Amino acid sequence: MPAEKMAIAKALNSSLRRALEADPKVVVMGEDVGKLGGVFRITDGLQKDFGEDRVIDTPLAESGIIGTAIGLALRGYRPVTEIQFDGFVFPAYDQIVTQLAKMHARSLGTVKLPIVIRIPYGGGIGAVEHHSESPEALFAHVAGLKIVTPANPSDAYWMLQQAIECDDPVIFFEPKSRYWEKGEVDTASIPGPLHAAKVVRSGTDLTIAAYGPTVRTALAAADAAAEDGTSIEVVDLRSVSPIDFDTLQRSVEKTRRLVVAHEAPVFFGSGAEMAARITERCFYHLEAPVLRVGGFHAPYPPARLEEEYLPGLDRVLDSVDRALAY
Amino acid sequence: MTVESSTPAGGKKKAAASRPRKRAAARRPVRPKAEPAPEMVQLLTPEGERVEHPDYSLDIGHEEIRGLYRDMVLTRRFDAEATALQRQGELGLWPSLLGQEAAQIGSGRALRHDDYVFPTYREHGVAWCRGVDPALLLGMFRGVNHGGWDPTGNNFHLYTIVIGSQALHATGYAMGARMDGADIAVLAYFGDGASSQGDVAEAFTFAAVYQAPVVFFCQNNQWAISEPIERQTRVPLYQRAAGYGFPGVRVDGNDVLAVLAVTRAAAEHARTGQGPILVEAFTYRMGAHTTSDDPTRYRRKEDLEAWEAKDPILRLRRLMERENAADDAFFADLDAESDALAKRVREAIRTMPDPEAMAIFENVYADGHPLVDEERAQFAGYLASFADQHEEN
Repeated sequence: MPAEKMAIAKALNSSLRRALEADPKVVVMGEDVGKLGGVFRITDGLQKDFGEDRVIDTPLAESGIIGTAIGLALRGYRPVTEIQFDGFVFPAYDQIVTQLAKMHARSLGTVKLPIVIRIPYGGGIGAVEHHSESPEALFAHVAGLKIVTPANPSDAYWMLQQAIECDDPVIFFEPKSRYWEKGEVDTASIPGPLHAAKVVRSGTDLTIAAYGPTVRTALAAADAAAEDGTSIEVVDLRSVSPIDFDTLQRSVEKTRRLVVAHEAPVFFGSGAEMAARITERCFYHLEAPVLRVGGFHAPYPPARLEEEYLPGLDRVLDSVDRALAY
Repeated sequence: MTVESSTPAGGKKKAAASRPRKRAAARRPVRPKAEPAPEMVQLLTPEGERVEHPDYSLDIGHEEIRGLYRDMVLTRRFDAEATALQRQGELGLWPSLLGQEAAQIGSGRALRHDDYVFPTYREHGVAWCRGVDPALLLGMFRGVNHGGWDPTGNNFHLYTIVIGSQALHATGYAMGARMDGADIAVLAYFGDGASSQGDVAEAFTFAAVYQAPVVFFCQNNQWAISEPIERQTRVPLYQRAAGYGFPGVRVDGNDVLAVLAVTRAAAEHARTGQGPILVEAFTYRMGAHTTSDDPTRYRRKEDLEAWEAKDPILRLRRLMERENAADDAFFADLDAESDALAKRVREAIRTMPDPEAMAIFENVYADGHPLVDEERAQFAGYLASFADQHEEN
């Protein structure tokens, strides 16, 4: 089957369709996922083809969505839930942290919770408050959860397949500002393991680690730096829990410098964990401290200020310059 | 789902057209009681006298009564033994069910094996009815695990400590059962305190909207640690169901016969596709919230004494004596059986091994996680370093 060009949104839709076709125990559930097809149309047309019991419009209650998904999983289902926006996940935070993450361990391994929580996340779409956040670190801190985030249509398609097949709860962060970016998707062959990072651009002078929406920014920074004669390697982490530190370590041992770029606030963000671990693993290779570029320790700002808040091309390049100056 | 109002005179034609859709509602075996009709279903008075109720009858023989009595006595004995074990330092904590035996045994014995139960952390009597080994309940309170039984073995989920969370799990399970076409009831146990939790409200909403076969079984034991029921609600809890569009009923939670009859009807309501139902078992927590609690700080002795007069076991004993339902040998045998159960539980807890240190890393994930593997290996190496030191010494 030849590769097909499609947007991330379409890739996610196709992937959900494939999962619904392959396994009668897969159910899609969330607010407005049925007739409307989701506010981003990721579930477009699925309820029409699979019915109201497989593609479930839920009451407007996030804790209820995750709590009932847990019950469905205990009954043998594989729920793929949708939280409409990043900032709306918090009513479900209790169910995710106290129940979903811990129930497998609590049961001494006797029950499994194969639940996917899809969350459109990140900024850059000019939205109102609570529609632009990046809460991945708040979940990565919790044992029992896995956290992944694709940056291109092929990964969107395949990582969602793999997340649904996984017997653990997976939080699937979708970079909403990239939903309409197109790329090749080969629906015939799996590109690689779910939690493996990928070197998406090879370089020699510095590594930028990015995931989700910042991968494209990192690639743009690498292009710009190349014009100044700087060779940047870009690692798309793809997974925030677990993090593929082996791939990151190999890259940093080669380039000796690391900048981590994420939209989430830098303070206690995933970049802090990478800085600590890479410093430990690559102490004698590093030419500069690991630097982080991301959101500030402030509420996500009104849309007119989000370009200042987000780690865009210029701020990423500024961090690159600072790392190279050591 | 809302219950449609009755058709006014002259509107017969319309009513006939919509009758098929309303049939299920009309045939409900349990319906919300409107004031001032008898608010609480009771089939056995505190004096041990059987009374009739217009909606609930119970055809029960002496053998079955003896069975209920035995269940309640053994559960209370197990519970007392666990409290004693906590006092002796064998358990870190114990939440006693003292006073709630009828609510738990009556509801537990109303269920079929293929029904599914989601308990709080106090459903020791229900666990007994489901066939969970009492000794296994103690593991989490001793601190050797967070739940030591396979929930699928007896269709009895693990104890849930976060208040009200399990109401949603029960509802989701019931939604799945409905989609599977299974004719089972799913029991969601919770208390009066949990009735204030958002998760319980959301569970009511989801269950009503999807007509999930859930029996919400609320043991209103009047106390959420130190807070009385007045701090949770201004209306009787069973009446809340009406606002969600499903029936609610209050039953005398210290009357094992009434609880059995009402829960049987409620489970049948759920199994037959009529959607959720709320049962409020009106009872009393005669003991402390847990062994760490001191109820003398917040409740009056007279209140406790008034409820002791309504003791669920005493009341059934009075009936049995009244009806000659058991001979002396039965009670003597039961005493011996109670002692044997207590002894077995005591021995089980004292010989319960502590988990190995490396158990910390077990079952964190079903499909594994490299960080867990890394930390397991590091910690194993750290522990092994002490072994080396011992050898050197």
